[in-house]
Amino acid sequence: MGIVKTKDLTFEYIRRDEEGNVEGITTAVDHVNIDLQAGQFIAVLGHNGSGKSTLAKHFNALVSPTEGTVWVDGMDTKEDDKILDIRQTAGMVFQNPDNQIICTLVEEEVGFGPENIGVPTDEIWQRVADSLQAVGMYSFRKASPNKLSGGQKQRVAIAGIVAMKPKCIILDEPTAMLDPSGRKEVISVLHELNEKENVTIILITHYMEEVIDADRVFVMDAGKIMMEGTPRQIFSNVEHLKELRLDVPQVTELAYELKKAGVPLPDGILTKEEFTLALKRLVMQNGD
Amino acid sequence: MIRDITIGQYYQTKSVIHELDPRVKLMGTLVFIISLFLGKSVWMYLAVTAFLAVIIKLSNVPLKFIVKGLKAVLILIIFSAAFNLFLTDGEVVVRLWKLKITKEGIYQAVFMVIRLMYLIMGSSLMTLTTTPNNLTDGLEKSLGFLKVIKVPVHEIAMMMSIALRFIPILIEETDKIMKAQMARGADFENGNLVKRAKAMIPVLVPLFISAFRRANELAMAMEARCYHGSEGRTKMKPLKYKKNDRIAYGVLAAYLCAMIALNIFLGGRII
Repeated sequence: MGIVKTKDLTFEYIRRDEEGNVEGITTAVDHVNIDLQAGQFIAVLGHNGSGKSTLAKHFNALVSPTEGTVWVDGMDTKEDDKILDIRQTAGMVFQNPDNQIICTLVEEEVGFGPENIGVPTDEIWQRVADSLQAVGMYSFRKASPNKLSGGQKQRVAIAGIVAMKPKCIILDEPTAMLDPSGRKEVISVLHELNEKENVTIILITHYMEEVIDADRVFVMDAGKIMMEGTPRQIFSNVEHLKELRLDVPQVTELAYELKKAGVPLPDGILTKEEFTLALKRLVMQNGD
Repeated sequence: MIRDITIGQYYQTKSVIHELDPRVKLMGTLVFIISLFLGKSVWMYLAVTAFLAVIIKLSNVPLKFIVKGLKAVLILIIFSAAFNLFLTDGEVVVRLWKLKITKEGIYQAVFMVIRLMYLIMGSSLMTLTTTPNNLTDGLEKSLGFLKVIKVPVHEIAMMMSIALRFIPILIEETDKIMKAQMARGADFENGNLVKRAKAMIPVLVPLFISAFRRANELAMAMEARCYHGSEGRTKMKPLKYKKNDRIAYGVLAAYLCAMIALNIFLGGRII
């Protein structure tokens, strides 16, 4: 069993009108079966309202499934006495950096999680220093979070989770409110954590560029897992992605259109480098 | 207007007072207020003034900054002075139509003004020299005994520190909403008081909605980080008394005893 596993996971929102009568039921997550392997960088893609955020909240026991089961590191999220352990194993970073920072000082903010789980004072300081260094924010430890940029705030939020020493970090669209440079900062920090500290990363996003370097990609639509595979496998299927109202990276789309027009390019080109290489090879072949 | 209120603000500088334990400063403020209301003699007020002057000097906070805080309560001070001046019975000094000013009234008015001013200055001095977080920590620790009667001291302290953190964010948000409404033709500057108050409604409604949404998200983020109240929680920066704190307690005790002794010695005399 992997670090996170779900079986027939279903979650329903009940919509009510102003008098509180049931208007209808929305199924946000619909019979999802996934098994995520520890140590991987996993991305979950989906357009707005595809149920990806609701799925993420299940991994942190913030919501309880309507039907089915979620196991985090072997623990059932329905068991109340395991909730603290689950949240310590699978930390969660949210979208809006302003609404998840609790303290008025960066170092205190990072120390908040360890304080909650009862880590002794000396070790808290050690963990705070280590995790701030891991995200490259150590020099800002005495600053006020209000004075940081969006990307920096989000890195502090990640440090706050890292300080709790989780096996797995779930990020619910952590870059949605950031500018491109902030987005790059956050994603590169995540890859570093994944490689150096061997933390499992589950990245929920709708930016295709962030998915390219993932080990495994899941594509969600209407609460269901529609596609699953490596980025290359996923992006080879441009037609299907478009049906799911998702874009593909620009280069991939260009290669796809060229191929459709008769240029013999390979499937699933993900980066500019790959594309130029493939083009060069093509020119050489034609030159022969 | 908001900028005039120095109560609750923090003045960043280095001083002996800044470095004291917040519990000492809370106790100090309490002792100061007690001493302020202890006696009714000029000598007592002189002693209080001397004490306050020494503390202000030690705190390195400019006097101008502390006095600025009085502006916000100026009306209150004037009112209480006027009431005391005209409504105290005793030996009549001046009689104006139906109003009379008595000797006792003059004393009362002067003392009341001094008391109110010192009260504001003393308590704002505490917040000026203590960071908000330190202050809530101090409150949590010194009111810890209330836990016995089931007062959620830790939760109240946590709410206070979160409120303090969100003040700048909500001010920024108010500013943004006001600009957005101005771009849609809202007018906040013209008209009488009622009209201007009414113009604030389209600002307050979105502000409240967004504050609730923020609160909801923050609660979820706190839960996700294993927050479950004070039970089993450790502190990153636990409060510990140092040498200076013990000296300060000694000074406070000596001051209070001296004031009580002085009050007994003076009896009921005013001058």
